[in-house]
Order: sequence, then C-alpha cells, then structure tokens
Amino acid sequence: MIRFQRVTKHLGGKLVLDKVSFEIEKGETFIIVGVSGAGKSVTLKHMVRLLTPEEGRVMVGDDVVSEARGADLERIRSRFGVLFQSAALLQWLKVGDNVGLPLHQRTDLSPDEIDRRVREVLEMVRLEDVFEKYPADLSGGMQKRVGLARAIIMNPEIILYDEPTSGLDPVTSRTIDHLIDRLRRELGVTSVVVTHDLHSALAIGTRIAMLDGGKIVEIASPREFVKSRNPVVQSFLESQYITRKGAWEAA
Amino acid sequence: MITHEPEYFDPPLNLFAAVGRRVLLACRNTGRALIMIAEAFMHIRSVFSRRSRHEALYQLFFTGIKSLGVITVVAMFTGMILALQTGLELRRFGQEVNIGTAVTVTMLREMGPFMTALIVAASVGSAIAAQLGTMVVSEEIAALELMSVNPVRFLVMPRLVGLMVMMPILTVYTNIIGIVGGAVVGYTQLGVSLQAYFDNATRFAENKDLYVGLFKAFVFGVIIATVACHQGFATTGGALGVGRATRRTVVVSFLTILVIGYMITRLFYA
Repeated sequence: MIRFQRVTKHLGGKLVLDKVSFEIEKGETFIIVGVSGAGKSVTLKHMVRLLTPEEGRVMVGDDVVSEARGADLERIRSRFGVLFQSAALLQWLKVGDNVGLPLHQRTDLSPDEIDRRVREVLEMVRLEDVFEKYPADLSGGMQKRVGLARAIIMNPEIILYDEPTSGLDPVTSRTIDHLIDRLRRELGVTSVVVTHDLHSALAIGTRIAMLDGGKIVEIASPREFVKSRNPVVQSFLESQYITRKGAWEAA
Repeated sequence: MITHEPEYFDPPLNLFAAVGRRVLLACRNTGRALIMIAEAFMHIRSVFSRRSRHEALYQLFFTGIKSLGVITVVAMFTGMILALQTGLELRRFGQEVNIGTAVTVTMLREMGPFMTALIVAASVGSAIAAQLGTMVVSEEIAALELMSVNPVRFLVMPRLVGLMVMMPILTVYTNIIGIVGGAVVGYTQLGVSLQAYFDNATRFAENKDLYVGLFKAFVFGVIIATVACHQGFATTGGALGVGRATRRTVVVSFLTILVIGYMITRLFYA
C-alpha cells in the first residue's frame, strides 16, 4: 500500500534517510522505531509529502506521492489521517469545532449532521463530555485522543501516528495503544506508528522497522524483532529493559 | 503549499555572496508573499460562505476593537500637536484662524491613514504574525494542509478582509478625533472659536483629500495583512522564531507603509 523506494533525504546538511526502501501492506500496523534523530518523523512526513525526497520515490497504492502536486496531492492526502506529536489542535476552536473542521470545510453536511458525526468519533475515543471545551482545558492524553478523533472523522484508509504516546503516563499510553489497535480492527485502516515506546510497538505492531543512521537495520514481526541479533536492535531493546527473556516475553 | 521544507545553506564564501544571497532570498520571499495575497484575493468571493463568514466577522471585530483605545489617544494628540505647532507659527502672521484647514487637510491626506496604519501594524499585525507563527511551529498549519483545508482561504483571507475593511473605517475615526483634538487646542490655547475652526476646516478641505486618504488606508491594510501573514507562515525555530516574525512584521510593515504612502501621495498630488 505504501512503498518507499531508495528514498534519500538531507536535513540541515545531515544525511537523515539513506536509500531507505520498505513496503507497508494494507491493513497492517507498521511501527517505526529508532533513537531521537534517526529519521522516524522524517519518514512519516514523506508519506504525505510534507517533505520531498532528493532521490527515490514514495508511492501510495499506484500514486507517486513524492511527485504529486495540486489536486492530485490533495486527493492522495485525503486518504490519510494524521495524529501529530503535539496533537496540532487549533487552540482557539472548541474540541467539537476542531474535530468537525474537516467536515465543515470539505463537505456540505448540515451543522446538525456534523455535530452528530463529531459526537460519534468522540465516543469512539471515549471523550463524550469534552465537546464544548477548549484544547487548553484538556490533559496531554486527552488532546491526543481529540487529535485522533479528528484524524479518523473523514474515514481515512491510512492513519499516521507521530509519537502517539510520547509525554504520556503508562496508563494513558496503553489507552492510546488500545485505541490504535481498535481502529485497525474495527475500521480496517492501515496504521503507521512512529514511536520510541517499544512496549507499545510490541503490543500493537504487526511489523516493526528499526531506523538507525538513516538506514533500516531491521524489519520484523514483534516476536522476531525481540529475537533479532542485530546489535543496534539489541541495544535498543535493552535500553527499555526488554531482553529475549525479559519484560515482554514475561508479560 | 504554505508549509515549506526547512532550509539549510552553506556559509557564504565572501561578503558579495552573503549580500547576493540576502537579496535573492528577499526577492523570493516577496514573491511568495505576493502569490499568497493574490490567492487570498481570489478566495474573497467565498467570504460570506458558511465556511468563512464566522472567522471573517471575528477578524473585523478583532481588527476594529483591538487598536481603538490606542488610536483614540494617538489621534487626539496628533491633532493637538498639529494645531499647536502650526497655530503658533500662524499667530506670528495673525493667521491662527487657519489652523482648521491645516489640521484637517493634514489629517485627511497623511496623518490619519499613516498613524492608523502604524498602530494597526504594531497591534493587529504583530498579533497575526505571532498567532500564525505559533501555529506553524506547533504543526497546526501542516495539520490543516493534510486535512485539505487551505490555510490561505481559512486563515489569510478573513484577516485580509478584516484589515481591508476596518483600516478605512478606523482612519475616518482617527481623522474625526484628530480634527476635534485640533479644535480643542485652537479654542483653549490659540483663541480660535470653534465656529471659525470648523468653517475653515470645511471650506478648504476637498473630497479628494478624503478619498485619497481612504485609498491609502485600504492599501495599508493590504500591506499589513500581506506582511503579517507571510512572516507568520515563514516562522522557523520555535518560540524564538515567533518573536523574530513578530518583530519583522512591525519593521517591514512600517517601512513598506512609508514607501508606498509616499508613492500614493506623489501619484495623486505631484
């Protein structure tokens, strides 16, 4: 469904992606992990052409997103929902208006119909009672869930999650994990998750890719990933107290 | 697209290269700003649509109210200073009765639109740049683009309408307050009766003075919207970048208003 073909990108004079190639299948939850600055978010931004590769190309289905412009780019982007690291909610709009913004701006639905749909998706993310609140009145975790509600309101085929659990406590992080997993199961969406949190990655991912030094050093299912002999993967697992016979297997 | 990829430049080889790069970047940024505002003009026809009217009305209110207090004080004192300076000189020739004309024509032609524009650029323009800049650094603009919500139609067009409509209205208000301020000084310190002041004011001021002043105010509104929105969208580098965008908005707006103000005066009066 999404294909990276030898994608190369420099940012600030530094090589961030070095001929990166991988493929994401329809319906899977693909996790990208790596240390800070490894190029995880950069990879995600290439999928919706917030960044353009210097070499190589990015494809979504049969569309070459890395070369798309204008209406074509808009059409490709409409297949995506994106949950940003900061949730990226408009601070001057109430939660209901934030979530309903894509419907309000891009469809001719009546205000009542938009309200009904907004309440539906807020219920999906277990936030029925925040419709009239402003984003600043919500906790970080709640803002992420509102961001998720906004990302799914147009029924996208693919949802991109940029560090969905960063800065959240473990309980809220698991709530977000369950939501991501539920959306995949109930709506059949393809999910791409960028995260540092290996516990999340192992719990919800169908495959995990590890980025290091601008290259993909490992792509494997969670079960195979924890058994990887790659020293970079090993070190990353150990940094989160996950060893071959460690926390994850015990859990 | 409003969002641009982060830029990285190698250090310039020498002074000429550094100056050349600055000139080229300034030209490119001016081009981007002009394209953005041209696109905003093209979206103006949808200002009363369900999608835009709420934001446009809010911007009209925001632009009008935000600077009204400062404008009142500045306009009053501008008129008072004008009356006092010209009145004291005219009194040497026994012509102080003519301060009504001097104050009114100066306010209508120059000081009204100019002072209004400076205040609106400093208060409303800087607020627009700070708001859009914060939205850029917190990825809200990128989020809008990914939702296929055009940031120019959603954010720039209502602000452009707010400034284009409110600048002439605020200028009329500035003119009235300034002329009244001049009358107060004329009456209390120069011994010019209110009847004589306003008779002079209306006898020599022409409709053209008012219309050219209002045209200037309209153009200044477009300048402030263009500079503020472009600087906001061009913000990079977090909170520091937002501060930089705000400062640049005020400086660039002031300079552009001065230069364009001179050109309009030359066009209509030279």
